[in-house]
Amino acid sequence: MKILVPIKRTIDYNIKAKVTRDGSGVVTDGVKMSINPFDEIALEEAIRIKERGEAEEIIAVSIGVSGAQQQLRTALAMGADRAILVETEEATQPLHAARILLKIREEEGTDLVLMGKQAIDDDANQTGQMLAALWGRPQATFTSKLTFEDGWLKATREVDAGLETIAVELPAVVTTDLRLNEPRFVKMPDIMKAKRKPLDQRKLEELGVEAPAKLEVGTHEPPPERKGGHKVESVDELVAELKERGVLS
Amino acid sequence: MQALNPMDLYDIRSELSDEEQMVQDTVGRFVDEKVLPNIGEWFEDGYFPRELIPEFAELGLLGSSLEGYDCAGLNSVSYGLICQELERGDSGLRSFVSVQSSLCMFPIYAYGSEEQKEKWLPPMARGEKIGCFGLTEPHGGSDPSNMKTTAKKKGDDWVINGAKMWITNGSIADVAIVWAMTEDGVQGFLVEKGMKGFDAPEIKHKMSLRASITSSLYFDNVVVPEANRLPKVKGLKGPLSCLTQARYGITWGGIGAAQACLRELLDYTADRKLFGRPLTQTQTTQLRLAEMSRQITLGQLMSLRLGRIKDAGKLHPSQVSLAKWNNIRMAMDVARDARDLLGGAGITVEHCPIRHMLNLESVITYEGTETVHQLIIGRELTGEMAF
Ligand SMILES: Cc1cc2nc3c(=O)[nH]c(=O)nc-3n(C[C@H](O)[C@H](O)[C@H](O)COP(=O)(O)OP(=O)(O)OC[C@H]3O[C@@H](n4cnc5c(N)ncnc54)[C@H](O)[C@@H]3O)c2cc1C
Repeated sequence: MKILVPIKRTIDYNIKAKVTRDGSGVVTDGVKMSINPFDEIALEEAIRIKERGEAEEIIAVSIGVSGAQQQLRTALAMGADRAILVETEEATQPLHAARILLKIREEEGTDLVLMGKQAIDDDANQTGQMLAALWGRPQATFTSKLTFEDGWLKATREVDAGLETIAVELPAVVTTDLRLNEPRFVKMPDIMKAKRKPLDQRKLEELGVEAPAKLEVGTHEPPPERKGGHKVESVDELVAELKERGVLS
Repeated sequence: MQALNPMDLYDIRSELSDEEQMVQDTVGRFVDEKVLPNIGEWFEDGYFPRELIPEFAELGLLGSSLEGYDCAGLNSVSYGLICQELERGDSGLRSFVSVQSSLCMFPIYAYGSEEQKEKWLPPMARGEKIGCFGLTEPHGGSDPSNMKTTAKKKGDDWVINGAKMWITNGSIADVAIVWAMTEDGVQGFLVEKGMKGFDAPEIKHKMSLRASITSSLYFDNVVVPEANRLPKVKGLKGPLSCLTQARYGITWGGIGAAQACLRELLDYTADRKLFGRPLTQTQTTQLRLAEMSRQITLGQLMSLRLGRIKDAGKLHPSQVSLAKWNNIRMAMDVARDARDLLGGAGITVEHCPIRHMLNLESVITYEGTETVHQLIIGRELTGEMAF
């Protein structure tokens, strides 16, 4: 089995994102960028599958600016075998990303696309589902446990009511939830080895994937500042205050 | 205009290659997750967390600059970043890695026989064998030429007598790199744990570097085979070249310690309300924070430049002295002032500055005291030796 792992370059999760003055986006200049944490979980899972001998090759793919090479190098240092960067200056919307991933999947012939359930920049949570639909293959989303048996995969999913386990026939798309695993630390010798692993750079235009924008971003606003709480003297006062704010009726 | 990173006002980060950034990020995450939650307690208990050694090894932090022998082969800037991030955690843990890498694996790599390298380097990289470096003697560390530990040839063997003092990792070491006076000048010997007449008791009651093991080494007619002598170096340049490697890393370490203090202080002073306003709204607080930041930035520029010179193979030991002096003095000043700005809260290990401040008392003394480094620069400028 070959596994395709999409990797998105996003602002590091430790950094408090700042909205640009004109509200057109968030500041990324000079801001620390990392692999989208859910994608890192997907990559970790792919590496574990390969380590168990259930996959032969892991291909990491990123769609984005040339700087995304850095995240791909990190993916290679973690354990991906090779990487592809589909280079574009434009932000890719979920449907566009799904079409590009579909095309790469076709070229590579991977049986499993293992990807983050969402990216922490736009929190869209759509690309995996769209990819499965376009590809005409099943999907297992929000996966917190993953095993394989006879050309099928068994995925435990985190749903509102608790845990649900489904069996899905391969080839398929799996999207990862937070509790699937804890990604490993990159090892120093692997950082050096990653330099020698293949990283294929391609221009988006050359891929011939059309996808007119379906979404128009109006404006960005920072969340309202949180106000400090205050102490109340009695339960009655607490109930009154909650009612006043419409929390209790 | 976007806001600057308060820990990196001159955006040193953008001077780093992708690999160097990856090294910094990995070790930084390791320190955040594995060191910072526990280090206050380890320090207070005087406990060196040996359980981290396999994790250091797994990450490839031991002997990370060496090529081959299961080592990572990183460049000098990457090694510096490892030291910086580890010391953002604690000087004691950085000391462990400095000693294992620069003071023990480096001399075996640079001056050892092929058999010695094969025997020691891979298990040391894996953290299965621990090393210590014995140069300092009880009667005066600043003057190593007055070495009183001797090695005398006896048949095919050497017989070592004497004592070493303040030796990091001494009591847990499987191998001690011991520098001893011979008829041919100073030479290095690999003294192995359990050799008859060799003892390495721990030095207790330290108020500094408490999360690190410091020991004395005693040699009472210890017989060491010729195969354990480092064949490729004679004279003090052997141990001094090791110190240059380690001191270089220490210059970066000081930056990490200072950053940890400033980071904690920025949060604390913003929350601490006195006379109706946060401390950060007072001018003297801002002056003090600004001064810390100025000092840290200068230190960063020195270490980065030093690393680039070192990677270009053009490093002069006096340049390392200047940065070791500057950056550790800088870190100490930052830690002490940070301690003060925390008020009473600053005297407990709940906050990091007092721990860093106490640790730095060792760091400013070991690997050449501040005075010794100043005298090295003096000698460089005047051509006169004033030690
Ligand atoms: C925690 C810790 C760990 C250590 N680990 C190791 C280790 O792993 N291996 C190792 O070999 N050593 C180690 N050391 C020893 C360290 O390198 C020595 O302590 C240091 O070199 C100073 O030597 P000393 O303590 O004998 O002080 P001294 O040399 O006695 O110096 C005392 C004072 O005199 C000053 N002084 C010295 N010469 C002059 C001069 N000519 N003019 C004016 N002032 C002068 C010094 O600056 C200092 O202030 C460690 C020390 C500590 C504290």
